[in-house]
Parts: sequence; C-alpha cells; structure tokens
Amino acid sequence: MSNRIDVKKTYKLFINGAFPRTESGRTYEVKNAKGLFIANPCLASRKDLKDAVVAARAAQLGWSKATAYNKGQILYRIAEMLEGRRAQFVDEIVSVTGVTKAKAEKEVTASVDRLVWYAGWTDKISSLSGALNPVAGPYYNFTIPESMGVIAAVAPESPSLLGLIDVIAPIIVGGNTVVVLASTKAPLSAMSFAEVIATSDVPAGVINILTGKKDEIAPWMASHMDIDGLDISGLGSKRHAEIRSAGTENLKRIYSFKSADPGRILAFMENKTVWHPIGL
Amino acid sequence: MEEKLSFEYAPAPESRALVTIKAKYGHFIGGKFVAGSKHFPTINPATEEVLSQIALAGKAEVDGAVKAARKAYSTVWSKMSGKERGKYLFRIARIMQERAREFAVLESLDNGKPIRESRDVDVPLAAAHFFYHAGWADKLEYAGLGTTPKAHGVAGQIIPWNFPLLMLAWKVAPALAAGNTVVLKPAETTSLTALLFAEVCQQAELPAGVVNIITGDGSTGALIVNHPGIDKIAFTGSTEVGKIIARAVAPTHKSVTLELGGKAANIVFDDAAIDEAVEGIVNGIFFNQGHVCCAGSRLILQESVADEVLEKLKARMAKIRVGDPMDKNTDLGAINSKEQLLKIRELCASGDSEGGERWSAPCDLPAKGFWFAPTIFTGVTQAHRIAREEIFGPVLSVLTFRTPQEAIDKANNTPFGLSAGIWSEKGSKVLWASQQLRAGVIWANTFNKFDPTSPFGGYKESGWGREGGRHGLSAYLKGVSHE
Repeated sequence: MSNRIDVKKTYKLFINGAFPRTESGRTYEVKNAKGLFIANPCLASRKDLKDAVVAARAAQLGWSKATAYNKGQILYRIAEMLEGRRAQFVDEIVSVTGVTKAKAEKEVTASVDRLVWYAGWTDKISSLSGALNPVAGPYYNFTIPESMGVIAAVAPESPSLLGLIDVIAPIIVGGNTVVVLASTKAPLSAMSFAEVIATSDVPAGVINILTGKKDEIAPWMASHMDIDGLDISGLGSKRHAEIRSAGTENLKRIYSFKSADPGRILAFMENKTVWHPIGL
Repeated sequence: MEEKLSFEYAPAPESRALVTIKAKYGHFIGGKFVAGSKHFPTINPATEEVLSQIALAGKAEVDGAVKAARKAYSTVWSKMSGKERGKYLFRIARIMQERAREFAVLESLDNGKPIRESRDVDVPLAAAHFFYHAGWADKLEYAGLGTTPKAHGVAGQIIPWNFPLLMLAWKVAPALAAGNTVVLKPAETTSLTALLFAEVCQQAELPAGVVNIITGDGSTGALIVNHPGIDKIAFTGSTEVGKIIARAVAPTHKSVTLELGGKAANIVFDDAAIDEAVEGIVNGIFFNQGHVCCAGSRLILQESVADEVLEKLKARMAKIRVGDPMDKNTDLGAINSKEQLLKIRELCASGDSEGGERWSAPCDLPAKGFWFAPTIFTGVTQAHRIAREEIFGPVLSVLTFRTPQEAIDKANNTPFGLSAGIWSEKGSKVLWASQQLRAGVIWANTFNKFDPTSPFGGYKESGWGREGGRHGLSAYLKGVSHE
C-alpha cells in the first residue's frame, strides 16, 4: 500500500437534515469482527431523542401533505442514491461485521430493492385499506388510512442496513416521520445511509437517525408523550412487556414485525371515516 | 315572546307492560342462567325505583364463564363452518328485530334514555350490527388479512352504560362472526338488556358457551382483563380505565381494542347553513343526554356568526323536552347515575370558577331521579377544564375562532381524537377541514351518525382499533404481520 494516511469519517447523528454530534458528548467504540477499532459513533442521549422528535413533529404535517406520487418518487430517489454507493456500503458491512463480500452485496442489493418496493406502495396503500361504506341512509361515507404522526423505531442489530430500511420505509410510506435508533454494534451503514437520505430530496426531519444503546433509548421512546407509535422489531422480546407498559401513558401504538408487507405500513396509519349527507 | 308559538305536548307514555323484569338475576354461563352469590340493585335513574337485583360476579363466576367459552370455542365454534356460524348471527338479528320494542322499553327503564332514542337508534342499530356481521362469517378470507385469518379464541368484552345493548352488539357480533367465543360484562348500572340478550341467544339455539354474560362492577372487569384464559380484550369506556387495561395486558399476549373517551370539536364556519348547524349542535351534544364518547362537546364558532348561532341555539335549547324517558315526546332523559350527575356538576362548577359563563335552558326537572338541564358555557378558553375533560353530560363548551387554521388548531388541541364535526356549505372547505382534523370519525354537515358498515374509533388517546366495517372485523382476527 501507499504511504497515504486515510481520511476517516466522523460518525455523527442525523437530526433535522443535519449531522450534529450528540449534545451529551458521549461516544462508544465500534470494533470490527477481529476486535480492531473502527469508529467512535455517538451515544445518543435523551436530549438528542427529544431534539429528533421536535424535528420529526415539525416535518410531519408537510410530509403527510406531500402527494403520494411525490412521496413515491422520493423513496425511489433514496434507492437510486443507495444504488450509486453500493461499494461503500458493501465495504462498511464487511469491515464491521466480518461477513463475506458476497453476503454484504446481497444485503445491499436487497436494501435497494426493498426501497423500490416500498416506493411503489405510497399511491396504492389507501386503495388497499380504504373503503366506501354503504351506510343505511342518504350519506356519502368513506374510510381512508392517513398518517399517525411521529413514529419511533428500534432497528434490528442485524442485518444493519436492510433492517434499518425495513423499519424506516413503511413508516414514511404512510406519511409519518420517524426517529430510528440504529444497530448498536453495526451503526456505520446507518450513518452512511443518512448521507444517502440527505441527498435524496427527503425533507429535513422526516427521517432522523440516532446511534446508541437500546436499553437506554427504547424506554425513553416508549414514555415520550409526543411519539405516537413505536416499532420495537429490533428490541429483544424480553423487553417488550416493559416497553409496551411504558407506552400506555399516551396509548402509543407499539408493534413488532417479522416481515415486510403492507400490514406493516398500515399498522402506523389511522383510519379516518368521513360522513356527509347526500341531497339537494 | 315566542314562547306562545311552541306546541304543547300531551304526555305519550310508552307502556312498560311489554317487559317482565325478574326480581333477581344470575349470570348466563354455558348456555344457562346460573344463580349469583352476591347481588346489587339496578335502578331506574329517572325515578330511583329499584328495578331488580343484579349478580356480582367474582373469581368463581369469571372462571366458570371463561371455561365455558373455551370449551365452546375448542369443541364447537372453531370447528363450525363460517356459513353455519353466520346463520346463528342472522337468527339473532331477526329475534332482536322481533323483540325490538321489548328491548327498547327495558333499555329506557334501566338507562334513562328517551324511548324515542332506544326505539329508533339503539335497538335497530344493534340488530343491524348482527345482520351485517352475520354476512362476514363465511367471507373472512376476503377481509384483507390473507387467505387464512384465524380467530383469537376467547374474547373478554367490557362495555359501558351509555348504549348498553348497542355496545353489546358492537362487541359480540364481530367477535362471533370472526369465530371467537365471548365473555361479556355489561356496565354495573345497565345489565338488563344484556341479560335479555342472553334469552335471545337461547331462542336462537346458539351453542352453549359461545356467549357468556356475567354481571358485576369494576372488580369483575378487572378479573376478566387479567384472566389468563382470555386471548382478546375489547373495552369501551373511559380513557383512564383504558390505560389501566392497556398496562395490565402489556406483559401478556392478549390482543386489545380500546374505544375510549373524546372531547369532540364541532366547528361552525361562517358559510354554514346556520339553522341546520344549530340542529347538528343540539344533536351533537344533547343526544343521549351527552352520554356519548363522540359527543360534540366543544362548539367552535367562527366569530362572525357566533352571536347568531348562540341566539338560535339558546332558542332551540329552550324547546328541548326534558323529562320522563318513557314519554315518546321526550328529547332529553335522565342522567344514568347519581355518580355521573355529581361528575357533571363538579365539572360545571369548575367552569363557573374558571370564568366560563353558564346558561341553562329553562326547564322543570323532575323531583326524583337524576337530571341535568341542557347547558352551555360561553367565554371558554382552551385551558379551562370544561374545554379539556370529557364531561359525558348535556353540557356544551363554546369557543370561537377567526381563521379556519385557528379552528383546526383549537379542535386538535386535545389528547383525544375520536370524532369531530364540520359545518360549512363549501365543499372544498369541508374536505380540507376533514383532512386536517385528527380524529377517527368526521361528521360533515351532520353529527352522531352510526352504521355497522362504517368504521368507528379514535386517534391518539381515544383508543386502539376500529369497530364496524371491515376494519372493525379485523380486530377479531389474526393474520396481519404485526403481533
């Protein structure tokens, strides 16, 4: 190799479209599969979570009002940007997790394809779940799914990129904004994914990504009164009861998922029924 | 001045000869009525007359009911084809229609609601819910939950006192259609129509144990919620109790639906048809004595029409006929219980002390029973308790706004999100407002309309899930990706 010294990346948080360090000044060490130092990502604090929720709440109305076509194009744009940076993501996954290059490539490919799949759902989900209800009277009555609000999520430890996309994409397809906690052991692809988001026309605050400890942040997410829903797919099932219990303070909708399907989008949407009289 | 123009109504009392009320009731478990151990009285809230003695279910009765429901689920109901299950539901719907008058009279006696409402709303809608869901029983694979949706098993259902029979129908009909068996507890003060429904199950020859009805108070409800033999909990009631239930089942695998409180905004824009809006406001808050979770209890008026609306509203309120629920002319019946009356009075007292201006319709309230005159508070701000807390009585808080956005902001400034009303003759404004309002049911140029095909349920702290329509049915089925 040459004598050139690498320019290494500082991994920070992604809040409101910017890359701040944690306000707490705390970091933790990420090592590769061989135990060698890779990076010092942020150990996000409760204040970082609050800041992210404020950003997500501010962005939510605008994102929910964006047309389904527009939302679909933005999700597709994320896929385009990710496709263009495949090599970087493959390298990061290999270096952190120690998997083979072929396996890392498979994960990145699946991630791009998953984003494309979800991009197509934005303008179809309401025809799947909406209804024109034949009420027994002279009323026009319809039910449509609409966004729930600000949703928090705990991404699974692995696969660190595909798992992250699997929690983020269905939440934003539904017009929600999201605050997601990335894989603790393998947060690098999440923070690089933030760079993809930052260049994909995703409005600031729609997707916010934290790195840190699940045991610290998940209970804060559960008890936060301005978070409407919580995806705990990435949290060990032993902690689910405690998190569900903490979430009852504002009757948060808390779910855990096993697969990617439209039910995952609808779980974080509310059904609204509208009545109007028919007559002259 | 206009007093002279109003019609005088001669009393038109409905006969109560149609119903037979036993001196004492037991529980309906495993297809039979079994004697209770302890009892408490149920009264007619319009007269304070003791109607009957209701059994208080304890651990043994709850265990017995859950056991009967489990046995019926595993040996009969889960094995029966949807086609046959549906026929039982159709039978129940038909028998309820046949005995509609009996149900209506009993409901008004036990609940205090006007016979006009129990006869024209509660009972026909309850029958309609069974008829609608009967047709789902053999079509579950088309409910949008995959090709093999499954029932949960035994459903524990706890219902409120405001629409006793109708809430029973909202709970029991989808549960049975989806293939669950049920243990249902009616509210402490309104058990009689649920016990009459048990007779309907017998007449319909519903297999023993598919529907079990146990009566009692909150302690019975807690036994149901915490029973390990129950797979699904469905509750309608206050947000306070809903949160307790949510916490209780959090560590379990029980599925939960909650239909909780509300503080619905009813927005009148300056381009509304004012006379129609006034009727809608009255229907929104005074229907069923305001004992409605989705009641339009916050009137939000555009400033430019506020005086006109309030003047017409007061004139209309002065003509609301308050009194004997059994009189077919009565508009506003009795408050369901002394406890509820005290809650309404307490919250109104806070309205006075916090600076709201109270106006009550002039009316003679009967000497016996629990009564509250139709009342409005003007000069209410968003910080006042009467603008924030569910009152569950015939009391309307009035706020005003200048711009449409201000109306939306005020309407959404609540932890609840059950329903909302919009009054405007401009289509684009109605649709805009219905998009902005964070509530599960939006009534535009109407209010308090219900139908079995129409999903009902709240955003935010108004609950989890929907009742009615395909969305409501899905609450009683497993098949979605989330746990």
